[in-house]
Amino acid sequence: MDITWYLVLSAFVFAIGAAGVISRRNPLVVLLCLELMLNAGNLALVAFSRMHGGEAGQVFALVVMVIAACEVVIGLGIIVAMYRNRLPIDVDEMSELRG
Amino acid sequence: MSATSYGWLVLAFPVAGMLIISLGWRLLPGRLPGWIGTAAIFLAFLASIGALVDLLDHPEEERQLVDSAWTYAATADFSADLAILVDPLSVFMCLVVSGVSFLIHLYSVAYMGGDRGYARYFAYLNFFVFSMLLLVLAANFLILIIGWAFVGAASYLLISYWYQRETAVRAGIKAFVINVIGDVALVVATFLILDHVSSLDFLTVFEGADRAFGDNDGTLIAACLLLLVGAFAKSAQLPLHTWLPDAMEGPTPVSALIHAATMVTAGVYLIARMHPLFELAPTAADVGAIIGCATLLFAGTVALAVTDLKRVIAYSTISQIGYMVMGASIAAYGAGLFHLMTHAFFKALLFMAAGSVIGAMAGIQDMDRMGGFRRAMPFTFITFTVGALALAGFPLTAGFFSKDEIIAYAINRGDWYVALAMLGYVGAFLTAFYAFRMVFRVFLGEAVPEARELEQGHLAHGEPMNPMTGEPEDTDVGFPGPEHHVAERAWSMKAAMGPLALLSIVGGVVAIPGISDILEKFLEPTFEDSRFHDTAPTTGAEVWGLVAGGVISILGIGLAWWVYVREPGTATRLRERFAWLHRFLVNKWYFDELYEAMFVRPAATIGGFSRRVIETEFVQGTIVGGATGIVRVGTSVARAVQTGYLRLYALFLLLGVAALTLYFLITSS
Repeated sequence: MDITWYLVLSAFVFAIGAAGVISRRNPLVVLLCLELMLNAGNLALVAFSRMHGGEAGQVFALVVMVIAACEVVIGLGIIVAMYRNRLPIDVDEMSELRG
Repeated sequence: MSATSYGWLVLAFPVAGMLIISLGWRLLPGRLPGWIGTAAIFLAFLASIGALVDLLDHPEEERQLVDSAWTYAATADFSADLAILVDPLSVFMCLVVSGVSFLIHLYSVAYMGGDRGYARYFAYLNFFVFSMLLLVLAANFLILIIGWAFVGAASYLLISYWYQRETAVRAGIKAFVINVIGDVALVVATFLILDHVSSLDFLTVFEGADRAFGDNDGTLIAACLLLLVGAFAKSAQLPLHTWLPDAMEGPTPVSALIHAATMVTAGVYLIARMHPLFELAPTAADVGAIIGCATLLFAGTVALAVTDLKRVIAYSTISQIGYMVMGASIAAYGAGLFHLMTHAFFKALLFMAAGSVIGAMAGIQDMDRMGGFRRAMPFTFITFTVGALALAGFPLTAGFFSKDEIIAYAINRGDWYVALAMLGYVGAFLTAFYAFRMVFRVFLGEAVPEARELEQGHLAHGEPMNPMTGEPEDTDVGFPGPEHHVAERAWSMKAAMGPLALLSIVGGVVAIPGISDILEKFLEPTFEDSRFHDTAPTTGAEVWGLVAGGVISILGIGLAWWVYVREPGTATRLRERFAWLHRFLVNKWYFDELYEAMFVRPAATIGGFSRRVIETEFVQGTIVGGATGIVRVGTSVARAVQTGYLRLYALFLLLGVAALTLYFLITSS
């Protein structure tokens, strides 16, 4: 089967996600964009899996979803902690690691 | 028990005493540490007697017993053992060292009574006795060097015992540095011998030396000269003598034990022990004899002018060790060791009596301030006079027989050794004069206030101060204690001085020419391989030597009497008449100034230059500064990248992945 369209869509979604991670300052939106990037990857994995007719790609996609869930839990936890401590909800303000 | 078991016991008791005192000092009340230390040394003395008795049971040719506790290192060629050699020489030294040490410990129990560092003092003292016994019992060069270095360390610890006194600390450092020169020489000599004979054991080396070295072999002469440097550093002979007068900064019993009776005679022991090597290298032995002779004259002249009581006795020690070194170097081993023994008796006695006088003077050591203690301190007066008589070689005292025997040997060797003997007689005259200069100035004449007070029953208690600089001191730990002790009031001091006074008079009976030769006979097995058996003077010659020595001694004492008692102003007139000579002698022939200019000043200059230029400019400026500069520049770039913006890191990540992807795409197509 031809997977070109799937890959093009995956690339678009990935690019949108990456642009969001780089340009947005709200951590919630950054997290959303991260999800976009992960799912773009998933889409590509599933598409390749269909093309080759194997299951490995599908299993990988499932694992990535689990990882994504974990990552969202931690990310949201951090955001809630920031909110509770009345810190600004802005990734550019959190720059203590500046050298 | 065998003689070697007794030998191990001799070593074990002082170690046990040291450990008990140094680990348990908090639990030991009052004077208990002193008594423990004294008991340990007394047991060591008993063990030495045990070794002597057992050794005498052996037939004469089997009196050199070696026992090894364990092997440090063993290779194909040689092995280094922890081994002791029990032979007449080492047993003789053990008896002298432990016997005199026991009496001095007994004296210290009372003398150091008021000092806050009481337990520390006795721990050091026991450590010293152990080290000294290890030195004399060593069966190989390795153990000898260990004992040699240990006694140097003990000497340092005890000279600097009052560690808050700056003069004492300086004196300790000086003694240690000069002793280390000797240690290094000894180690290098050992290496030269090991290189040629492939053994460290004394007996093997002495047997193999004949084959390994030719007569007067260059290497052997070098090794023997290095041994002499070691002996001279330890025994305060020219030109390494300057530390001994300064060592008088230590407590008086320490001066008596280490810097008169035992440690400083280690050099004589070394020469006597190494006699098979020195006999193969007569040139080195002659150097030893000449230096010994020069030292005895030099120190005798300085002792005429110095006014510090302890330093006069210190110079007399240097002078007497000069006799011993001369004796041991001209193959008069028995005579040299005989003088070592009698000197240990009367010099320890003189120091003890001097300590009692210094106690009565509340710490003042200057003879110019003393006088008229005869009635106030009768016991000290008698013992000091006995010590001075023996030192002067007054007829029938111990020193009379021993000193003149050395000179008789020198005359009998003939040749230029006769000149050494004549100079020895000059030294004997000086000795008699300065010995009685002390007696007359301290005990006769008008009584000083301290002496009058003591006659009334009050012990003088002046402000505590440093006897060298006159600076006031408190009496806290690290300074001498507040109390002073005199022999008249402390039975243990009397108990220590009494036997020594007796021995100073009758100690000569072990070797009276023509009557008894106990010592010679006893030491025979150690020295039977000597080539110079036939150079021993005949009884007649020895008796003539004794007569000459006795006359010279009486003349010297008489002159001292005339100068200091009959015509009391003579000394002052002479001093004014020969002011330059007096200045020269009081400044100890300017040796300290010479060394200051030759070694200390250049070393300090080089050190200052290194600190200012090499350290500050080169090391800190160029090397350290350059390295930190490079790191700082490098990190400033790395730091600039770390903005802390999450978005920027993500961008870099993406760009990196994109670059990698592009690279693989390009290379794979």
